[in-house]
Amino acid sequence: MTLVLTALILATIAAAFFFGRHLAVARTGAAVSASFSDRAHSLPAYHGYFAAWSVGLAAFVAVAVGWLLRDKIEPSVIAVLILATIGLGFAFSYRKIGPRFRARNIVEGFVKAVLLLCSGVAVLTTLGIVLSLVFESFRFFEQVPIFDFLTGLQWSPQTALREDQAGQSGAFGAVPIFTGTFMIMLVAMFVAAPIGLLIAIYLSEYASKRTRALVKPMIEILAGVPTVVYGFFALLTVGPTIRGFAESLGFGVPTQSAIAAGSVMGVMIIPFISSLSDDVINAVPQTLRDGSYALGATKSETMTKVIFPAALPGIIGALLLAVSRAVGETMIVVMAAGRAANLTGNPFEAVTTVTVQIVSLLTGDQEFDSPKTLAAFALGLVLFVITLALNVVALLIVRKYRERYE
Amino acid sequence: MMSLNTQSDEEPMARFKPVGEVINMSEKREETIAVQPKFQCRDVRVFYGDNEALHGIDIEVAKTGVTALIGPSGCGKSTFLRVFNRMNDTIPTARVTGEVLMDGENIYAKHVDPVLLRARVGMVFQKPNPFPKSIYDNVAYGPRIHGLATTNDELDAIVEKSLKRAGLWNEVKDRLKDPGTGLSGGQQQRLVIARAIAVNPEVILMDEPASALDPIATAKLEELIDELKEKYCIVIVTHSMAQAARVSQKTAFFHLGYLVEYDETQAIFTNPKDQRTQDYITGRTG
Ligand SMILES: Nc1ncnc2c1ncn2[C@@H]1O[C@H](COP(=O)(O)OP(=O)(O)OP(=O)(O)O)[C@@H](O)[C@H]1O
Ligand SMILES: [Mg+2]
Repeated sequence: MTLVLTALILATIAAAFFFGRHLAVARTGAAVSASFSDRAHSLPAYHGYFAAWSVGLAAFVAVAVGWLLRDKIEPSVIAVLILATIGLGFAFSYRKIGPRFRARNIVEGFVKAVLLLCSGVAVLTTLGIVLSLVFESFRFFEQVPIFDFLTGLQWSPQTALREDQAGQSGAFGAVPIFTGTFMIMLVAMFVAAPIGLLIAIYLSEYASKRTRALVKPMIEILAGVPTVVYGFFALLTVGPTIRGFAESLGFGVPTQSAIAAGSVMGVMIIPFISSLSDDVINAVPQTLRDGSYALGATKSETMTKVIFPAALPGIIGALLLAVSRAVGETMIVVMAAGRAANLTGNPFEAVTTVTVQIVSLLTGDQEFDSPKTLAAFALGLVLFVITLALNVVALLIVRKYRERYE
Repeated sequence: MMSLNTQSDEEPMARFKPVGEVINMSEKREETIAVQPKFQCRDVRVFYGDNEALHGIDIEVAKTGVTALIGPSGCGKSTFLRVFNRMNDTIPTARVTGEVLMDGENIYAKHVDPVLLRARVGMVFQKPNPFPKSIYDNVAYGPRIHGLATTNDELDAIVEKSLKRAGLWNEVKDRLKDPGTGLSGGQQQRLVIARAIAVNPEVILMDEPASALDPIATAKLEELIDELKEKYCIVIVTHSMAQAARVSQKTAFFHLGYLVEYDETQAIFTNPKDQRTQDYITGRTG
């Protein structure tokens, strides 16, 4: 039924287009006159689009109203109503279309409005998410002081087992979570920054065109691997390997550790760094390379002394973007970093991150206004602020650097 | 310098002269030594892929003085200029055949390292291209990579001397730490000349060095070229006939990848032998 209705309306709209175009041709003459005064304002097709828009909008409004009133009015009445409105759309176009009618401007206005609407949806969604984050976080901070949250060293939100249990509200000191996030980020950058940069340097300065065309997409495949795959790779392969290695040296190390999660995450963000830095290095003008070569500099001297310093701001921007990516990454750490909120500087111990805690706070059944669940919003807000700041700074740096050579 | 010419200090190159030249020299020995060529090109061809851009160029460039390369756009002036410091090597598709003797030694021989060659043959580009470093570091770049100075004082001295010779010292001596990219176009062009001079080259190649400069900066640059020509071998590409006439002693006219005419600048501009040269300098082509 719905399908048939939709098809019918679409057919009507198409008919309206041909109707409008035909009408325009009939009323203005198809030939285009040279002088402005006796020339039709818009091409026939615009009149067609105008008619189609009018009829389409009328049909949309009629169907919407009919759907809202579907319980109160007979279906046959609704059908008549819809048909009548569509008829009105046709009549409206019939009256309007003529040589002086500015169909083009109106159609362009329509298109602009639709485009605006689409971007508006995206912006409003973002705004809504941010507002709900802020709002829920405030509810959390009513119960747990923000100062305690940001500076407390103890994180154990899971202590409340029963309503009447002592200390049921748990401890919400988020410092161990931030340090855990920070440490995993450090490990990841320790892996990704040098490798990613060297790849970028190789690709942009040393690789032949053919190698580059082959290698670059292959590295970018790394970015396409689902993070959950990285996650179980970290948990099932890297973690046990590190533990086995440490045990052979006589240390006890858990399978889940900052180093296991961080190093795999590092592999994941290598393509971000290499591909962004590659762009940045390529943006360094060829004239600087020529200038350096013409002075008798070798390739590596040119790279380290001219190109790299020139590209450095952009490279820092690329690294910051990678950091923000690492901080926000969830799946790998959920699987491979552990959940224990240890306050430690040892990368071989299990740590936890903001994202892991949000996942564990919100999974399982509970009421959504306990401090425990609200804490997730507060963590989310902090995470959002951090990554937003990182992104803004990184983009500013990258843009400023781009402008320098233009 | 090259290992080949260690035997006789007075006239190191005589052994490598082609036979014809040597006979010539015996007639007018004194003068020949003075104008002994810096470069001798023999049947130089440059290919970009399969496309031959220069079709067998034979030319001799004097040890000091200014040689101007002129000709319509796309005739191969820049390509030929890059032959002298092997900058064509940095273009993946480019290939050079033939012989280019510098002080008698073929710079395209297998054992010649283009990196060392470029320390002896400096280049100034059409658009000034200072590095995004300080003025000081721009000039010190070459001496540093070639280890020309052992102490900071020595480096300071090289920088000062080069900037002075490029006629820029007075304008920048109080702000050597400022970025070189912050200078005006004309100052930047003199800065990159100072940068080129700092490695103590024997030759300076210039590819339309004044095309991005206003008339006053151009006049300054020409003045500088006039001074430098006493010591250096300068090869300059220019689109300005007037500039070629003002600064050069020899002029080579290129057309469609051929060297059409090469003579004293005076002769080229007053009495060109080839119709194409005449058309070009009188503005009928190009
Ligand atoms: N990198 C390159 N790859 C392929 N062909 C090139 C390259 N550089 C130059 N050419 C070709 O070689 C020929 C000579 O070019 P060149 O740049 O030497 O001319 P030019 O005389 O310097 O011109 P202009 O006065 O415009 O600078 C041209 O036909 C040009 O298309
Ligand atoms: Mg050129």
